Amino acid sequence: MLNMTSRAGSSHIASAFSMTDLIAVLYGNILKIDCKTFESPDRDRFILSKGHAGVTLYATLAELGFFNLEVLNTYYQNGSVLSGHVSHKNVPGVEFSTGSLGHGLSVATGLAYSATLRRQSFRSFCLMSDGECDEGSNWEAILFAGHHKLQNLVTLVDYNKIQSLKSVDQTLRLEPFRAKWESFGWSVREIDGHDHSMIRSTLESLPFEVNKPSCVIAHTVKGKGVSFMENQVVWHYRSARGSEYEDARRELMCEGAVN
Amino acid sequence: MRDAFVRELFKAAKSNSNIHLITGDLGFGVLTKFEASYPEQYTNAGVAEQNMTGLAAGLAMNGFKVFTYSIGNFSTLRCLEQIRNDVCYHGLDVTIISIGGGFSYGSLGYSHHATEDLSILRSLPGLSVYVPGCVWETAEITAHLLDKPGPKYLRLDKSGVQSTRVLDERFGFERLRLVPEAGAKSSSSLDVLIVAAGGILEEALTASSILRNKGLACRVMSAHSLKPFDTDGLLSSARRASAIFSLEENVIEGGLGSLVAEQLLEGGVWPKKFGRLGIRATSLTSLVGDQKYLRESHGLLGSQIAPKILGDLDLVGKHEKLPYVSPSHQAGI
Repeated sequence: MLNMTSRAGSSHIASAFSMTDLIAVLYGNILKIDCKTFESPDRDRFILSKGHAGVTLYATLAELGFFNLEVLNTYYQNGSVLSGHVSHKNVPGVEFSTGSLGHGLSVATGLAYSATLRRQSFRSFCLMSDGECDEGSNWEAILFAGHHKLQNLVTLVDYNKIQSLKSVDQTLRLEPFRAKWESFGWSVREIDGHDHSMIRSTLESLPFEVNKPSCVIAHTVKGKGVSFMENQVVWHYRSARGSEYEDARRELMCEGAVN
Repeated sequence: MRDAFVRELFKAAKSNSNIHLITGDLGFGVLTKFEASYPEQYTNAGVAEQNMTGLAAGLAMNGFKVFTYSIGNFSTLRCLEQIRNDVCYHGLDVTIISIGGGFSYGSLGYSHHATEDLSILRSLPGLSVYVPGCVWETAEITAHLLDKPGPKYLRLDKSGVQSTRVLDERFGFERLRLVPEAGAKSSSSLDVLIVAAGGILEEALTASSILRNKGLACRVMSAHSLKPFDTDGLLSSARRASAIFSLEENVIEGGLGSLVAEQLLEGGVWPKKFGRLGIRATSLTSLVGDQKYLRESHGLLGSQIAPKILGDLDLVGKHEKLPYVSPSHQAGI
């Protein structure tokens, strides 16, 4: 991911790092998704609604064998299939394209709702950003999912507390965040979004309650893993160059980085 | 038109459990039978059109054939980005229904005038756009939409004559329709060709009748499919017409008139006279009135169109002058 964004000079590396642990556990331990059976109607559905952090999903899918790792080298380049915001076109494994915030949850809700209509057993997951919760469309979906008791719907919020220009608190305060979800009929758990064992045990206990959609508020650190990127708004935009890249790479112990 | 659409959908839903109708909390009394008969194929998404459209995308991703239903701009402009990104980009089988095209809900005010949707929606890649001109065309189009995958938009009009069908006329889906008119002679050349879309087709037919009575060879085409558009059908009729006018209950920017002009120019057809009849942005007012009243205020009644066309053709002097109904003016309080 560091290599992809640095090579491309693209933004959102900090947004990607804040949710990487969530994605790792989701794809490593939770989601019933396999590159060999991706077309199966019974697969779990995963929608990355914070499409600007697409590098994490692309890298994960490549690691899991959905496509060749070499394709990652083309990220953000002219003629590539890997756009800065997640696109499904010609990218195996991407369920849904996003990039404009506030779209993913409605679609994930529609998928969960469709499973109840068809009496299918798959689950529908959506990973959102915290700033994205400013979008009113999400609250339409949250209201709908609670009303229809979609217990096969799971939302994870990457709550890194920083959005595009300033902190969430300075922009549009979400707190009391948990109470908002609960008042809409959701069952909520708050976790450390970087503690793999906690993420895993939480997601293994889905659904949290019968007849309620589940929400995981994952407390995260924007730019997690690179000390000088952590909690710094500027790394929503900047890509690591020169010594910054070398320092970041060292911190991430990124041996075997793509040239 | 609305009832014809619901009737066709109702018929199809019985044998196709993939059909799912989502309403944005509208359709009082209209969707009751559908809901009662097919409760598993009906959802009220509430007053939440963005979510309604996102839901529709999710349902369609799992194999449902989805129809979103609301009035005016609610199912279109309110959730335009969901239509563009979620439905069109993914090529999903979602049909967006808007009841109340143009000034159908005129008296309800500006918020309920659907007068830009044709321009905006026809620009979305991957979205088919249908604008039936009468109840018969609505039923025929709806039946075809049930067999057609992919993103679609169906604009329905509250007005519209029952049927403009003549005898055993067969409907040509996605083809321009030369409307059969009483007294129209099958001549090789036309003085005037009017291409109309939507319920306002009735005004085009009125104008055509008036012009024919004045001795002009005039015909009307119903452009019930803006996209795909029947370019060949237009050009073959346009080549034998001296003057061509478009008529739509939509702003003139980017809608049917623009489409026809684009096709004529690209097709190398240059009529002696071309005019776009529709809503001129400069004439948008806060006038209150029903559909006919607002059409009149924009000079779009058949009785207004006919003299305008004669004037544009510089033929007024050669014919008996027709009474021109001047646009109404809003009275101050």
